[in-house]
Amino acid sequence: MEPDGVALYSQMLKSRRFEEAVTALWREGHISAEMHLNIGEEGIIAGVVDHLSEGDAMALDHRGTAPLVMRGVDLVLLIKELMGEEDGLCAGMGGHMHLFVPELLAASSGIVGASGPAACGFALANQHLRPGKIAIAFFGEAAMNQGMLMESINLAAAWSLPVVFVCKDNGMAITTPSRKVTGGNLCTRAEGLGAQAVSVDGADVGAVWRAAEKAVERARKGQGPTFLHATCRRPEGHFLGDPLLRIVRNPVDELKSKVGPLVRAATGSGGASVGRRAASLGSIMDMLGRAGKMRKLGRHDPLERQAKRLSGAERSGVDAAVEGEVAAAIRAATERMEAGP
Amino acid sequence: MRTMTFADAIEDVLMEAMTADPRIIVFGEDVHAIRMNLYARFGEMRVRPTPISESAFLGAGVTAAMGGLRPIVEIMMVDFIAVAVDALVNHAAKIEAFSGGKWKVPMVVRVACGGGYGDGGQHEQALWGLLAQVPGMKVVVPSNPADAGGLMLSAIEDDGPVVFMEHKLLADYWLDYLADGGRMNLDYDIPEEGAFGPVPDVWQPTPIGEAKIVREGGDLTMAAVGVGLHRCLEAAARLTEQGIEASVVDLRTVSPLDTDTLCESVSKTRGLLVADEDYKSFGLSGELAATLMEAGIPARFARVCVEETIPYDRRREGQVLPNVQRIVEVARQLVDPGSLVA
Repeated sequence: MEPDGVALYSQMLKSRRFEEAVTALWREGHISAEMHLNIGEEGIIAGVVDHLSEGDAMALDHRGTAPLVMRGVDLVLLIKELMGEEDGLCAGMGGHMHLFVPELLAASSGIVGASGPAACGFALANQHLRPGKIAIAFFGEAAMNQGMLMESINLAAAWSLPVVFVCKDNGMAITTPSRKVTGGNLCTRAEGLGAQAVSVDGADVGAVWRAAEKAVERARKGQGPTFLHATCRRPEGHFLGDPLLRIVRNPVDELKSKVGPLVRAATGSGGASVGRRAASLGSIMDMLGRAGKMRKLGRHDPLERQAKRLSGAERSGVDAAVEGEVAAAIRAATERMEAGP
Repeated sequence: MRTMTFADAIEDVLMEAMTADPRIIVFGEDVHAIRMNLYARFGEMRVRPTPISESAFLGAGVTAAMGGLRPIVEIMMVDFIAVAVDALVNHAAKIEAFSGGKWKVPMVVRVACGGGYGDGGQHEQALWGLLAQVPGMKVVVPSNPADAGGLMLSAIEDDGPVVFMEHKLLADYWLDYLADGGRMNLDYDIPEEGAFGPVPDVWQPTPIGEAKIVREGGDLTMAAVGVGLHRCLEAAARLTEQGIEASVVDLRTVSPLDTDTLCESVSKTRGLLVADEDYKSFGLSGELAATLMEAGIPARFARVCVEETIPYDRRREGQVLPNVQRIVEVARQLVDPGSLVA
């Protein structure tokens, strides 16, 4: 089958506009602490969740907003949860890393790798209670160095659990380049644990959709788990306020307080050899350079790429509808705030 | 009234419950062998051996419960929970709160615990204090066959996560599996009334969070769970010979703690001795002392707990675990602070 390109574009756009509004609220201080976005990985999320229906489960990581937005969760409830309101999705108890929607069998976790075991448990429940229904695990490539996730792939393979393990690979483990801390190849690793593996460009929502179609079909037929590896870029880095991106965006102000201590540390007596110190500084510069490149989505933007495939008429209809929907939700969720205490 | 071993009581309850409710499944390492009768009766889909991957399968238990099953996840020994504690501390215990009360985790985690057979400090811990510390977790530690069955029934019926802890000196298959290995020439200090005893003809749930006063005496109160309870009872019998009468409280549940029963007893005796096979610091024994202080009950307080890594050598192990002699000495000192000098 072929995907409905307009529908996928619409889903991605809704998530993008929603998270842009979230970004604004975060910058204004209405959302506390960390805020991890899906911006840049919408192609992966949309290409996968488009295959899901009632009874299918989603084990989400700390970036749970896009999958929930695309599965139709009430945007007002979501934004209120992010703002810690008592009438939010989870009564303001969970926040963005702990979003739970029982009707969708969707559960988030802020613990890296925990979506692996969670997907296995949902899949086990489906194996018993809802045959033909599956579970998705969303996680980043850095989670593949977490034992519980690798254990889960093995468990899913050993028990033929209907799981699709979706690895969203942006190449960065928080601020550490993943290649620096990862041995071997992730697809080969997943195959070694007994899953089938497939790799796609996550910026191409159609490619993700087609790969996910096969993986979901296998799972539904009880043929076991698939590891779906999809590359992506996240322009906001690990989370809003990513320390590397702050430096890249505003080097003068951000470095003012850091350069002095850094130079003193790098030239102080005792410690590593001059060569090793130079290597450390080089590595820091390399990290910043990498972050600088990533903040530009460019051709890695799944939304723009899909937009180009649509006609102007197709786009403009969707754009107006989606933007109106998101804006209305944000207004409804923040009206109390604007009215004052 | 029937009589049964501690182990058979649990199995009897599981047979009944699993027959009645197909949502109940059991999984864990080696369950086809350890729970051979259940395996034979219910088949591999419902009694399923897992890889040695506690993080994966305990985590899977949480969402299997959220997805509509009533899983009983077996972690062979509580010590191994350390490998997978994320599933309990960060997930099972928190999901009801995080979801704003919308989603519950009806999972039983069944674990063996405790020492007294020379397996060393990585396989003999109690750790109930560590597990009970997190809000959202229930932790039960039965001391006899009737409560073993009754608390397992409650654990299965409970809509939240419950850790069911069975002491290896009470559940005979664990000693056979881990200690004897077919040998007949080894001895253990097994509390007979804990390992074998009367059970009701028809199983009734033992309420979680209800302690039981199993002995009345006016000079001090002793509180314990599991094997510690039996050590207290034996110590109380010896103290009677010395003119000291002790009340003994079987807490049965570590979390939620039955503070009312404890306070009621101690407000009469004005003295509390806790015999705890868990670690002394930051655990159950300190929690009981805090309970009395918060309730404004003035009482003398003493505890006999594990204070170091449990030694492998069985002679030293016997000194480190709470034993009857230590309990008697500390009880005498509690009742009459000058007694040890005399």
